[in-house]
Amino acid sequence: MSQPDDKGHFGKYGGRFVPEALIAALDELDAAYRKAQTDDDFQAEFGRLLRDYAGTPSMLYDATRLSAEAGARILLKREDLNHTGAHKVRNVLGQALLTKRMGKTRLIAETGAGQHGVATATAAALLDLECVIYMGEVDTQRQSLNVARMKMLGATVIPVTIGSRTLKDAINESLRDWVTTVDKTHYLLGTAAGPHPFPVMVRDFVAGIGTEARAQVLELTGELPDAVCACIGGGSNAIGAFHAFVPDTGVRLYGFEAGGDGIETGRHASSITGGDTGVLHGARTYLLQDEDGQTIDSHSISAGLDYPGVGPEHAWLHDTGRAVYEPVTDAEAMAAFQLLCRTEGIIPAIESSHAIAGALRIVPALTAELGRPPVIIVNLSGRGDKDMHTAGEYFGLFKAEDAR
Amino acid sequence: MNVAVAYEKAAADGRAALVGYLPAGFPTVAGAVDAINAMIDSGVDIVEIGMPYSDPVMDGLVIQRACQVALEAGVRTRDIISTVDQVTGQGVPILVMTYWNPVERYGVDAFARDLAGAGGAGLITPDLIPDEADEWLAASDVHGLDRIFLVSPSSTDERLAMTVRHCRGFVYATAVMGVTGARDATSSLAQPLVARAKAVPGAPPVSVGLGVRNGKQAAEVGAFADGVIVGSALVSALLDASTPEEGLAGIRSLTTELRAGVAAAIR
Repeated sequence: MSQPDDKGHFGKYGGRFVPEALIAALDELDAAYRKAQTDDDFQAEFGRLLRDYAGTPSMLYDATRLSAEAGARILLKREDLNHTGAHKVRNVLGQALLTKRMGKTRLIAETGAGQHGVATATAAALLDLECVIYMGEVDTQRQSLNVARMKMLGATVIPVTIGSRTLKDAINESLRDWVTTVDKTHYLLGTAAGPHPFPVMVRDFVAGIGTEARAQVLELTGELPDAVCACIGGGSNAIGAFHAFVPDTGVRLYGFEAGGDGIETGRHASSITGGDTGVLHGARTYLLQDEDGQTIDSHSISAGLDYPGVGPEHAWLHDTGRAVYEPVTDAEAMAAFQLLCRTEGIIPAIESSHAIAGALRIVPALTAELGRPPVIIVNLSGRGDKDMHTAGEYFGLFKAEDAR
Repeated sequence: MNVAVAYEKAAADGRAALVGYLPAGFPTVAGAVDAINAMIDSGVDIVEIGMPYSDPVMDGLVIQRACQVALEAGVRTRDIISTVDQVTGQGVPILVMTYWNPVERYGVDAFARDLAGAGGAGLITPDLIPDEADEWLAASDVHGLDRIFLVSPSSTDERLAMTVRHCRGFVYATAVMGVTGARDATSSLAQPLVARAKAVPGAPPVSVGLGVRNGKQAAEVGAFADGVIVGSALVSALLDASTPEEGLAGIRSLTTELRAGVAAAIR
C-alpha cells in the first residue's frame, strides 16, 4: 500500500492538473521536500521550532466531564493550544523553512477562516519573508479579527472579489499570483489538497498530530484507541491525525464533513458525502459540482470548512473504506460547541466542533459493538476565539450589528 | 477544417497564422456566435472558443469577467458544442479551449465525439498536461481531433520535448510567466521558447499566446512564431462596448489590425 505513487496519485486521485508554467516549481518543491525529509539539519530545525516556538507536542487531554455526557472516554488532542491556536502552525513552519531552503523570499497563501493566513503571516515574520494573503471578500468580513492579526504580523491581505468570494476563489487567486511570480514566491498551500507534492508534503508536516497522539494514548491507557475523529474541510488536520493510525486497522478513522443545513438541502460543504469525482485546484478528488462540472458554492457555518473539495488522500481512504466520512450539520456542530464550553471550559473552533459532534454520534453504535464504552481521540484542531462573532450571533448573545 | 491546413495556408502567404479567442456564451450564446463570425470575417485563421468555467486559474480578470457573465446567464457545456456547430464550415478551424473538469464531467470520449460531430478541430487544455492525459490522448486519436498542450518558459528541455511530441495541430507557447491578459510590451521570453519548441524533431507549428493586444505586437511575434494568439484584447472589445453593435465593430476593427500586423511581420 505505497501511496502516493511518484507522481502523487492516491489510487485514481491526486496528480497534477495545473498549467505547465507551474510544473517546474512543483518539481523544485518536490525535490526540496524529499531532500528535507532525510536531511538531519532540516529535521532538527523543524523539530526545534515545533517544540520551542509552536509548543508541541500538544497535550492529549482526558476530558472526563465531556466523557460523562458522551458515555465514552473522550481524549482531546489539544492542537488548539499550539501557537497561533491551531494545528496549522505545524504545516506553515515546515513549508516556510523549505521556502528559505529554496532561496525564495516571498510567501503567498489563501485563507478561509483566517487561521492559515495568521499562521502563514506568523511564520513569515519569524523567518523574515514577505507575505501576501488572499482571502475571499466574504470571509474578510466574517473573520475581521484574523484580518487584523495578519496585518499586525506584517502581511498584506488582498480581498478576492470575483467568483463566490470565498476560500476556493482565494485559492484560484493564489495560483494566478504563483504562475506570475514563481521565481521568488512559494505558495504556502494551507491544506492537504492541490497538486502533487502538496497533499503528501502537508500530510507529513502535520503528521505529528497522530504520531504524538498514538504515543500519548498508549502511555495513558496502554492500548490503542477505538476511534480517531477529526473534522474535514480540505482535510489537513484529519490527515495529520489519521496518518499514524492508518496501519492500525483496529482503530476506526472518522472524518466529519461540514453538513451545513443538511445534505438534502444542497447547502453544505460535504464533498465526499455529497459530491462526485472531478478535478479542482490541481488534483483529482471529490468535489461539489453541477452536471456540467462547474464548481458549486459550498456552505458551512465554519469558514474554515467552507470549501467544495477535499484532499485526494481522503478521497482514496474513503474509496478503500479505511476511513469513514459523514456530514455533521451546522446545528449539530454548534450544540457540540456549546457542550464542550460548558463541560470542559474549552471554547473550540467551530471546525473542531464538527469532530466533537461526530464523536458523540458514533458512541452508541461503537458501545453496542464493543460491549463497553469506547475510547475515542478527537482532534481539537483549533481554538474558538476567532469564531466568537459567529457563535455569539448563533446563540443570541448579541445582535448581529454589535458583533462587528 | 484541419488546423494544419490553416497553418499551411498562412505559411504559403509568408506570414504567421492569426489565432483569435472568444468565450462561448458571452455576452449571450447568440451574441458569441455573432462575435466569432465577425472575427472570422475579419481575418482570423484559427478560432479558439473558450469554455466558461467556475475556477479559471490560467485566466486574468478580463476573460474571468466575461466567463462569469456567461455562467451567470446559464451557459452549458452543450451550448459550447452548439456554438462550435454554428460557426464551423467557413474554412477556419474551430478549437475549444477548456479547463479539464467540464470535459471529464461530460465524459472524455463523449465530449470528443460530440465536438468532432459538431465540426470542431480539437482542444486546448490549459490545466491538463500530457502526464495526466491518457484518456484524452486515446479519445483524440479515435475521433481525429487535434490536441494542443501548453509549454512555458519554465519548462525543462525534457518536459518541453515530451509536451511538443504529444501536441497535434500546434504547440501553445505561453509567452510570459503569468495569466491571460493584454500587455503593453512583448515578452522577451517568447522568442527563445519558440526556438526551443521548434527544435524538437517533428514539432508541429508553434504559436505564441498571452499578452498580444495590437497589430504592432502581432507583427513582432509573427516575425518568429508560426502563429499569434490573441484573447483578452478581443474580449475587451466586447466587454468595453456599450452596445452589441459597437462590440462587433470593435472585434472587426481589432481583428483587421491584428491580421495586418501578422502580414507585415518581417520574417
